Amino acid sequence: MSFEGLPPGSASKKRSFLESIYVVEVARGLAVTMRHLVGNILRTDRMPTMQYPEEKRVYSDRFRGRHRLMKREDGSPSCVACQMCSTYCPADCITIVAAEHPDPAIEKYPASFDIDLLRCVYCGLCEEACPCDAIRMDTGIYEIAADSREAFVVGKEFLLNNTTDGTR
Amino acid sequence: MAIVLETLFKILFMFLLIMGMVPALIWAERKGAAFIQDRTGPNRASIAGIRLAGLVHPIADVLKLVFKEDVNPADRHHALYNLAPWLVMTVAMSTYAVIPFGDWLTVGGQRIPLVVADLNVGLLYVLAVASLGTYGVVMAGWAANNKFTFLGGIRSTAQMISYELSMGLALMGLVLVFASLRITDIVAGQGELLFGFLPKWGVVVQPVGFLLFIVAVFAETNRNPFDLPEGESEIVAGYHLEYSSLKFALFFMAEYCHMVVGAALIAAFYFGGYQIPWLPRPVLEANAGLLLTIKLAALVLFSAFIAVLFLRRVQRERGKFGDARDREPVLGMVFWAGLAALAAGGLLLRPWAVGPVGADLVATVFQVLAFVAKVVFFAWLFIWVRWTLPRFRYDQLMNLGWKVMLPLGVANLAVTAVVLALV
Repeated sequence: MSFEGLPPGSASKKRSFLESIYVVEVARGLAVTMRHLVGNILRTDRMPTMQYPEEKRVYSDRFRGRHRLMKREDGSPSCVACQMCSTYCPADCITIVAAEHPDPAIEKYPASFDIDLLRCVYCGLCEEACPCDAIRMDTGIYEIAADSREAFVVGKEFLLNNTTDGTR
Repeated sequence: MAIVLETLFKILFMFLLIMGMVPALIWAERKGAAFIQDRTGPNRASIAGIRLAGLVHPIADVLKLVFKEDVNPADRHHALYNLAPWLVMTVAMSTYAVIPFGDWLTVGGQRIPLVVADLNVGLLYVLAVASLGTYGVVMAGWAANNKFTFLGGIRSTAQMISYELSMGLALMGLVLVFASLRITDIVAGQGELLFGFLPKWGVVVQPVGFLLFIVAVFAETNRNPFDLPEGESEIVAGYHLEYSSLKFALFFMAEYCHMVVGAALIAAFYFGGYQIPWLPRPVLEANAGLLLTIKLAALVLFSAFIAVLFLRRVQRERGKFGDARDREPVLGMVFWAGLAALAAGGLLLRPWAVGPVGADLVATVFQVLAFVAKVVFFAWLFIWVRWTLPRFRYDQLMNLGWKVMLPLGVANLAVTAVVLALV
């Protein structure tokens, strides 16, 4: 019997007599599974399974998690509402409303800065587009959950308070 | 009146044995599958924070299924649809009637045979009831009025027809050897020795028949690698696709009941049933005190060993979770240490000086334990095989049934007959 799509030789492999009566091969298979079973019972702590809510995977520093907005020294957002990130965003998830900054040295500031976390594809292009390093994705937060769609649209205050230690 | 009462007690014993084994098997299936696949398996359900290594999960499963909404297809055949799960369950339970689980129990000087119904055609009864199990599956598949369930039922029928034959032929070889259709005779015959040193178990005198029978039993119980009636990859869930809630739970439990039946049949026909090799009933009774002492001592040592393992875990994992789960190893240690203490207490009662009445009881208990141990092993074999072998393709299933097993069964029967005629 031959089937298209199988690797060459896999369907036409000639079985020896011992293989063709299955019994020995089945016993060998049972030995393999029993070895895993006994090994895992004796060394439960070496199991690769991660007990998720208690144990959490540590990602590399380059992992792109939930966004945060950087602050100036006085605590206001570094963002100058230039719209570069929202223009560049392939998912179109950033909405910025610009307003005039009271300090004449700074042209604009974001009156609101909303990110729809459901639309975001976590590509990191907003970080790259930003001319003043105001948006970063280095929080390491990957547990993004909420009860409603509206709750996924996060605003300026929320993003300013995100920290990098993986908590919120 | 007495016979009714004792039959009721025997039925109760069998019923409790099966019903106690079903949740344990579900647990063994899930946990065993997980360990075989290098996972940890179910460990979240808990009672007051104690998880008992996932043993709480079967209870949680049943509670969930009982309180779930019962969704039924609109165009079902009402009577058959409702009857099918009960039929499957009833048939699964009724095979046990003829399987002996011990020699006899002496109550008030009377010997009560430990089998619910000692039919003189017990083997035919087993074959008849085993094929009836398929009837419920076909009924479920047809009554649900769904093409996938129907295909599952059809597959089950075709499979039953193909494997029933080899099952019957394999058993006929056994009937020739032990010259009886009565299952108690077959089991009693397996207590003898062959050539003076080999236990005359079915697997020794009928090795080919044993292989045919075990494969046929796997096919009859619809377990992997023969679970095509519920082949998820092709027909969603097969015959029980349209069932939900308690009716699905019945199908689910019936599968495990079938497993216990299959295991009990393999044990009774090919592994000596309740017989302990080299220890026939008279020897058992004569040495009951010694055997009981050895048994209790072994239990003390084993439980103490497990308790020490738990003690090491207690020391190693102190404060690992910071909640009730830290108390789990302590609980395990207390349980096993308690068991060891109980067995040690039994040793204090001077078991080596057991009287003749006690010796009779001890022999019976040993035989029942031997039977249960064999059933547990073969039930575990069902699970073990399921997580080792892939499912057959349908043409492979039919090829194996008709082109390999049927000729082998006929050849086995012929060879057995010739050998028996010559000996």
